[in-house]
Amino acid sequence: MESVSNTPEAPNARTPGSEASDGEPLVAVHGLTKLFPVGAGPFRKPSSFIHAVDDVSFQLGHGESLGLVGESGCGKTTVGKLLVKLLEPTDGEIVFRFADDSVAPAADDPWDSAAIRGRLLRSFRRRVQMIFQDPYESMNPRRTIYDIISEPLSVQGMGDVQYRVDRVLEILTLVGLAPAGAFLFRHPHELSGGQRQRIAIARALVIRPSFVVADEPTSMLDVSSRTGVMSLMQDLATELGVAYLYVTHDLAVARYMCHRIAVMYLGKVVELAETEELLRNPLHPYTKALLSAVPVADPGRRRQVPDIRGDLATPIDPPSRCRFYERCPAATERCLNHPHPPIEEKTPGHLVACYEV
Amino acid sequence: MTTPVPVGPIPTPEFEVELGRGRVRFVLARLRLMWRSFRSGWGIFMESRMGRLSLFTIVAFALMAAAHPILMAFVWDPATYDPVTGYSFDQVEQPAPPSWKHPLGTDPLGRDVLSQLLYSTRSEFVLGITAALVTVGIATFVGAVAAYYGRLLDAFFMRLADLIIALPAISLLIVLSALFHLNLFYLALIIGVLGGFGGTAIILKSQALSIKVKPFIEAARVAGGGDFHIIFVHIIPHLLPLALLYMMFTVTSAIFAEAVLSFLGLLDLRMSWGIMIHTANTGGYLLGGTRYWWLIVPAGASITLLCSAFYLAGRALDEVVNPRLRRRND
Repeated sequence: MESVSNTPEAPNARTPGSEASDGEPLVAVHGLTKLFPVGAGPFRKPSSFIHAVDDVSFQLGHGESLGLVGESGCGKTTVGKLLVKLLEPTDGEIVFRFADDSVAPAADDPWDSAAIRGRLLRSFRRRVQMIFQDPYESMNPRRTIYDIISEPLSVQGMGDVQYRVDRVLEILTLVGLAPAGAFLFRHPHELSGGQRQRIAIARALVIRPSFVVADEPTSMLDVSSRTGVMSLMQDLATELGVAYLYVTHDLAVARYMCHRIAVMYLGKVVELAETEELLRNPLHPYTKALLSAVPVADPGRRRQVPDIRGDLATPIDPPSRCRFYERCPAATERCLNHPHPPIEEKTPGHLVACYEV
Repeated sequence: MTTPVPVGPIPTPEFEVELGRGRVRFVLARLRLMWRSFRSGWGIFMESRMGRLSLFTIVAFALMAAAHPILMAFVWDPATYDPVTGYSFDQVEQPAPPSWKHPLGTDPLGRDVLSQLLYSTRSEFVLGITAALVTVGIATFVGAVAAYYGRLLDAFFMRLADLIIALPAISLLIVLSALFHLNLFYLALIIGVLGGFGGTAIILKSQALSIKVKPFIEAARVAGGGDFHIIFVHIIPHLLPLALLYMMFTVTSAIFAEAVLSFLGLLDLRMSWGIMIHTANTGGYLLGGTRYWWLIVPAGASITLLCSAFYLAGRALDEVVNPRLRRRND
């Protein structure tokens, strides 16, 4: 494991921000909720619901990268899939404002995620792409690297074969697979894990999206190729001006890659702040526990034992109180008797959902 | 920092391109790739004894089918050797046992058995392969669509398949052939449709279900692929190896069904292996035991051999398609 302190300082060459003409964020998420029914049948009502994502709100500027951190099963991948419209939200809205509006709707028009379908969905797919977690399963083993990378181009009907070959060669070189021509007619199983992840990145970036959801893009890689892929994604973000949503469970990765970090717990965002602010000054007890769990390469250092009891609670119909109540060291009567705390700005730019902060 | 999304091509460093520019070279590279994967599959197929044996048998029958028109044109006199209208005048009694002139003897109507056998081979191939193509075409499509859309469509096709499996196929064919004027083509079509909506569809659907949940399907959707793209580019290619396997099994069942129906005299065919046995039966020669063996054995053995050859070919293909069945060499 890499530790936070071992990771080099994030090369924040580009500053986060809202570069759109009117200062509107690229993605604005309001009250996003996704419930999965449990025990539903053709003629049976679901007995209960899994609250995978529950009333999540955040914003993401143009060219910014936001980390979504949390333990397994907290709903971070679901948020990613909702953003790329692989899933439809139960409630809440997602509004996109793309900087270049060569495709309808016209400039400055917000794209309401719920209204995107049919032809609009196609042009939406040109703007928003996803890098999948598993570089082994996310590629059709029967297709060649050329087929895989050029798929977004060909299903969108962009250019002829020559154009697509050129674009694929270009992006292959860009992601550091050279000589690019030698890779075109390989199959995914002929490549190493790191190479495959580069292919996955190339596929997401070949149509120049404005926004990419990266679902743990480095979790399946060993540490040596991880750093390479991370710096590659950094470079590409700078070069192509892509905004990223990084879904990860690794704080070190999030620190290296992201301008801001949102911490999720059981379908809720519990804390959201600038990366360094969050790491230096965590406010939510869960974030504190998460940070103290990161190993530090110093055998002499006495570890501060996180005072977190028990296991991850079930997301099936959670009771109306703070989601973290059962495990929280700072929990009080108020946390038990009130619904889950709303997320509030405690210090400028630092949002926390906790009654006791 | 303002970062408009670049529109033109971004500058790339110089690199060696192994691939030649231009469409023709591109297509050639793809063909070479297909050839390579075909060769590796071929190697596995030929490694198994079942594969070699079945291929040898099928090729032998194909040569027999091809030999008949040549023999009729250059060697055999049509008046004597025509499989349906010929009559061998120089035999004292019919059916005559094998002789130099008639290597497999003559049938009760004085026609050459070898000529009948060779003539029928072609129609058996046509029947088997047509039925197999129809079956697999329907089953692949139905399986992929039922698995992909699920819900009502899935329920409909799967209950239909259950219904067809529950129906006894041969009895159904007997009823159909009594009601309609069945020739070779319609028979192939009916067998194909029954197989395609029946058991084969269920098998291919379960395969398609396991493909549908793979992350690369989601990746294709994010790339902008619609239902049509996902079904035809991502799901069906994964079903084809299994479909090929079931094609072989369908050939077997089609040839067998034809033999049964012809034996019962229910098909409108000029000549077939089933009809040859039917002719022997109506003359009462089946009761003669082995005394009139040349009336029964050539056709019966051909049905058995060709059916088992296609079945074995299917089993050998199974090893190509399904790596878990392969014998390990290490």
